[in-house]
Amino acid sequence: MSSILIKNGTLVDTSEVKADVYIEGGRIARVGNCSDIEADTVIDASGKFVMPGLVDMHCHLREPGFEHKETIDTGARSAVMGGFTSIACMPNTDPVIDNTALVRYVTMRGAESGYARVYPIACITKGMKGEELTEMAALKRAGAVAFSDDGRPVSDSGVMRNALEYAKTFNMLIIDHAEDKAISGDGVVNEGANATIAGLRGINRAAEEIMIARDIILAESLGAKVHIAHVSTAGGVELIREAKERNVKVTCETCPHYFSATDEEILSYNTNAKINPPLREQSDCDAIIDGIRDGTIDVIATDHAPHSADEKNREFDLAPFGTVGFETALSLAYTYLVDSGNIDMSRLVKLMSHNPAKLLGLPVVYMKPGAMADLVIFDPAREWTVKASALSGKGKNCLYDGWMLKGKVTGTIVGGEIKCLEGMV
Amino acid sequence: MYKKKDLLGLKDMAAEEIIGILDHAKGMKEAFVEGRQLNSLSGKCVTTLFYENSTRTRNSFETAARFLGARTMSVAVATSSVQKGESLIDTGKTLDALRTDAIVIRHSMAGAPDLLAANVRASVINAGDGMNEHPTQSLLDLYTMREKFGSIKGLKVVFVGDVKHSRVARSNIWALTKLGAETVVVAPYTLIPKGIEELGCEVLCDIEEALIGANVVMGLRIQRERQKAGLFPSIAEYNAEFGITSERLYGICENAIVMHPGPVNRGVELTSEVADSGNSVINEQVTNGVAVRMAVMDMLVGGR
Repeated sequence: MSSILIKNGTLVDTSEVKADVYIEGGRIARVGNCSDIEADTVIDASGKFVMPGLVDMHCHLREPGFEHKETIDTGARSAVMGGFTSIACMPNTDPVIDNTALVRYVTMRGAESGYARVYPIACITKGMKGEELTEMAALKRAGAVAFSDDGRPVSDSGVMRNALEYAKTFNMLIIDHAEDKAISGDGVVNEGANATIAGLRGINRAAEEIMIARDIILAESLGAKVHIAHVSTAGGVELIREAKERNVKVTCETCPHYFSATDEEILSYNTNAKINPPLREQSDCDAIIDGIRDGTIDVIATDHAPHSADEKNREFDLAPFGTVGFETALSLAYTYLVDSGNIDMSRLVKLMSHNPAKLLGLPVVYMKPGAMADLVIFDPAREWTVKASALSGKGKNCLYDGWMLKGKVTGTIVGGEIKCLEGMV
Repeated sequence: MYKKKDLLGLKDMAAEEIIGILDHAKGMKEAFVEGRQLNSLSGKCVTTLFYENSTRTRNSFETAARFLGARTMSVAVATSSVQKGESLIDTGKTLDALRTDAIVIRHSMAGAPDLLAANVRASVINAGDGMNEHPTQSLLDLYTMREKFGSIKGLKVVFVGDVKHSRVARSNIWALTKLGAETVVVAPYTLIPKGIEELGCEVLCDIEEALIGANVVMGLRIQRERQKAGLFPSIAEYNAEFGITSERLYGICENAIVMHPGPVNRGVELTSEVADSGNSVINEQVTNGVAVRMAVMDMLVGGR
């Protein structure tokens, strides 16, 4: 394993400091002035941030079963292009990840690909049917880092109650996709004026908020922890804020599209703006940003949801939900949260690296000697235009195609190995 | 003069463009009622591609196309390769390859005509897409109102019925608002879409209040599936609370005209008495439908 010297960068973890970083043997070996060191590779990071690699606790890699959308290999490659060094993938594959053999398969495929570290999230229920619990202890031993039936809610409150209590036994996190299907029905976009203008069926925000409220009540009454996936509404943020004030063990994530885009995107029937939960309104985006500022929202995850062009290039009602997200997430967070003055870089590191790592029980990287050398180099001055066709993943279904963003990942290092540098994998 | 390739809806159309089509339809109506065959589309081919059942709209388009001298082709979706899983885009490209000049599409999903239009050379005419728009229905409604009242500006138009699922209401509200009419929708809240007032209409739930001063009362079709879906408890209750009856019509707005996009559920949206009364212009709407569709096709395809 070769040595790397990153010179003149601004290091960010809990604070910012200008320093060199020397990496050897997969770990950070020295921080500070390293002008006396000769390394195999020297990277000049003048004007750039050098920070802990991003951790995505919510993505879809589609393997096994949907390799035409994405594979673990193409997804993990796209992840490092976006600065993610660890990614946790959802189990709604075919078959779903509800047994130890499949957990090991995902882990193995991730190791083979050798880009970002890949961690499987296993199902809460067998077959993701929302009925019987999976063998959570065995799944944990096999390498599952959390449980979720993402894409589907656990509709039966009794089953959810058992899941939260049982997972608590093994100190494992339940991630819930909060959606009351009886309310969302066959809706495809946020219910509101824009749905009415486009003539598309709406999903009322109550579908999400009712389930968030239920999960909070269950977690509170059981003393168990619960993590709410992809929070998209102002009301959802408020429910979680109030619960946290009562010391309920609830955590949550949002995604870049819930603070950077609104349901105006659907007026042109752009199927890449068809996402679940749906893009909401500007007042929701503002509330999500408030939640990020005051710590109600713990994590920014991508919900990277790749699909093939043929699946997206059809009638809006028939297109599947989701946008890809790895390669735009950090730039969107920088543009809409940091550059706009809402949070500083240390908070961003918390939201996109430290907090998700802690929630999943993964190593937390600080810019200190001895730390695992999972790092990202980010140039805040670089403005770029997203080009969906130029993305590294298989899925090109990108909501942000054509958007101008501020700040770009210029290098990603995983375990002391350079995975991408100046855009080259 | 309307100069675009397609007619997808009225929401993005300027008032002058709408008036232009209505003006052009006058000459078309004269030719049609006189039985005078025109030839501005001779050598052209108009294809109807209907993913939803409709006899009235499809026949209206085909009659209009033939009156302009066009050949017509009709894709019956139930028996076509769409049943074998062919995508809308591929179906459109096939029709292009068959040298069709215009595709008249009806689809249960909003935005389907936009998708088709972006992928074919032919002009695309939206004959109804999901809950989004039904522009030629609105144009014939506007034509009928203009014929009766001379001008759209200042009219009060009341829509009664399933506004939530109605593309006819949406297209009409877009157009009427642009042309300076006042629009009101009346229904139980379960049949009113969120944010509809942002289109420029007033929302009321008392039909008798809504009808005060109305010049046009338009019934919107109530489908029985909506009752099964729980949006209202019974046809009887709907009719009692929201039915357009002769008592309401003559008691509140006796000079108003009564319209309906058809087919009418007698005894549900309107009573038979109202449907067959002198106030009803439902059959004139059908004739005017041919006229405005002739105008639209002449403008889109005639000059190409």
